[in-house]
Amino acid sequence: MTTKLLTALLLGTSILGSAGMAYAQDVTLNIESWRGDDLAIWKDKLIPAFEAKNPGIKVVFAPSAPTEYDAALGAKLAAGSAGDLITCRPFDKSLELFKKGNLADISTLPGMENFSDVAKAAWQTDDGKSSFCVPMASVIHGFIYNKDAFDKLGIKVPETRDEFFAALDKIKADGTYIPMAMGTKDLWEAATMGYQNIGPNYWKGEEGRAALIKGEQKLTDPQWVAPYAELAKWKDYLGDGFEAQTYPDSQNLFTLGRAAIYPAGSWEIGLFNTQAQFKMGAFPPPVEKAGDTCYISDHTDIGMGLNAASKNADAAKTFLTWVASPDFATIYANALPGFFSLNNTPVKMEDPLAQEFVSWRDKCKSTIRSTYQILSRGTPNLENETWVESANVINGTVTPEAAAKKLQDGLDSWYRAGK
Amino acid sequence: MRGSIAVESIAKNLIGGTERMAAAPKRPFRWHIVVFLAPAVLVYTAIMILPLAGTLQLSLFRNIDQSQVFVGLENFRRLFGDPNWSVNFWNALRNNVWFFIIHMVVQNPIGVLLAALLSSPRLRFSAFYRTAIFVPTILSFVIVGFAWKLILSPLWGVAPNLMDLVGLKSLFTPWLGKEQYALTTLSLISVWQFVGIPMMLIYAALLSIPEEVIEAAECDGITGMSQFWKIKLPLILPSIGIISILTFVGNFNAFDLIYTAQGALAGPNYSTDILGTFLYRAFFGFQLQVGDPNMGAAIATMMFLIILGGVCVYLFLVQTRLRRYQF
Repeated sequence: MTTKLLTALLLGTSILGSAGMAYAQDVTLNIESWRGDDLAIWKDKLIPAFEAKNPGIKVVFAPSAPTEYDAALGAKLAAGSAGDLITCRPFDKSLELFKKGNLADISTLPGMENFSDVAKAAWQTDDGKSSFCVPMASVIHGFIYNKDAFDKLGIKVPETRDEFFAALDKIKADGTYIPMAMGTKDLWEAATMGYQNIGPNYWKGEEGRAALIKGEQKLTDPQWVAPYAELAKWKDYLGDGFEAQTYPDSQNLFTLGRAAIYPAGSWEIGLFNTQAQFKMGAFPPPVEKAGDTCYISDHTDIGMGLNAASKNADAAKTFLTWVASPDFATIYANALPGFFSLNNTPVKMEDPLAQEFVSWRDKCKSTIRSTYQILSRGTPNLENETWVESANVINGTVTPEAAAKKLQDGLDSWYRAGK
Repeated sequence: MRGSIAVESIAKNLIGGTERMAAAPKRPFRWHIVVFLAPAVLVYTAIMILPLAGTLQLSLFRNIDQSQVFVGLENFRRLFGDPNWSVNFWNALRNNVWFFIIHMVVQNPIGVLLAALLSSPRLRFSAFYRTAIFVPTILSFVIVGFAWKLILSPLWGVAPNLMDLVGLKSLFTPWLGKEQYALTTLSLISVWQFVGIPMMLIYAALLSIPEEVIEAAECDGITGMSQFWKIKLPLILPSIGIISILTFVGNFNAFDLIYTAQGALAGPNYSTDILGTFLYRAFFGFQLQVGDPNMGAAIATMMFLIILGGVCVYLFLVQTRLRRYQF
């Protein structure tokens, strides 16, 4: 019985194996990615659209879990079994792959001219000479609010910080809603949705970020400490027990309609649209005085590069050129509201919330998260420390000044500006 | 648990070795011993000793310009000399010691107590209790971490409501989110999960005490509590010793629960960071932090030395003084 089964199995596999060979004339491209959530979009929309235009090239989207992606990819690259196309994390993770020779230089790839320098910065060498990934999407920070709650309490969408805190006070006094849905348990919410969200208005976006990298500004300067001082004030408006509130808790609090304001990243839009039963709106981080220039964090988040060891480099380049095209941008941005195309050609989007977010690009100046480029290369890691300290500041266990000093001391211990 | 198996077998080998040394008669070389030992030795070498040696070796190298260069003890000098590493290391070690203390003070006495209760002949449904208490031990860490995170959640958890029912709501705080409570809370969760192990081991030891000894004690008028303290406890001391060493090894190798409940950054403010999570961040990196296998190996080596030291102290100072009774 067992032998029969085994024989059958062996026969089966050999037939399947040869069946696979029959298709081998077509070039098959494998995409490595951590975006398992996007599997359906790739399979049903993006890949068919590409294959229709490029007969003879088959594309397989093969994601792995986000937390395992970097380790798994590293191992596959080392073993030579990685896919032809590699989804790129921004900045150092990908830069390291490029330096190791795992990612090919695609500076001259047709289609790269469709992207601005800021968009390409996340996947360039420090001198900006070589690019190694096609920028795919960015995420924008801001606040999503419960429109019904705002209408009921008669609150106007706040533009300045004073209006913002007045609104929070009003929601708190009314008591129906938790003013703001955020927790500090997972740490990164405090840093990403807190510090990096409201910070650019203080340090003037790219100007401050560049000055920090050049060493002209320090994290202990007022414009870098002030966002912490504001975060410290958030404490009173968060829900009961926010210290143990996790990121999914915050999402649920908001989508269940129990909280009025959610410090957000645009990636939430897709999920919130399906879960929330109320009308939602969004506003950018409030500025100090009405009419001030506003700055938003428009963070380059995901790109795609070419495995330098790929045997199908030409087909893969064709694919990347398509990824750089407005066609791809339109499908991608509409399938994933909240992941905004970095393409210079404006993309038409259907989702009103996504439109609201992307409209800020016209009136505000874009920047990326201050800790991502260059500054998180050493030990202690500035990004990770920012998570910890932001949460500490909101928890009230550290003063804003002490948190900033700790971060700057950590940075000073390994970072020499201009080197 | 990997470490604990290794230590157990080392312990067995050590104990066995000293006993067998004595007799060495002149006989032809006994090949069958080598042949019979070979499979175990080969497998053990391939999957335990070689990786361990590899880790030790890795800790003596650094990656300079994409190639591994021998640097001697430089990684250890950094680990202890550079405040960016040493502060975290000592913090993790301190937390780990506290983690261990909670287990020793709470888990093991409760385990002994439960075992004593279970072995009482008058207790009904003892098989049910035994199973119920042991079940958490076979649950995955992920389930335990997630379930307790939910139970203790200030938003949807049952803990605040239950405490409200008995009028203790004011004592509730978001334990997992407070620096001063988080580690103790996690230790107690771990105790809840693993209390079944000391219970089972002690229970087995209690059952193996011969009836005659108990009867003799009763004839001498030693019953009840004093029977436990004077007769049973001395007889199960070796088991308690083994449990202590298992707890020690398990705690200093711990990682999973902290990782699933608090994440790799072991928040808030590194207050739940233990050697395992510290090693994980160093070795594999986290978020923007790029992994540094060499420093990771240095930390792993320190963990190995700490565990080895602890086990040696036990083997040579405690184990040899424990009296064993033969019946």
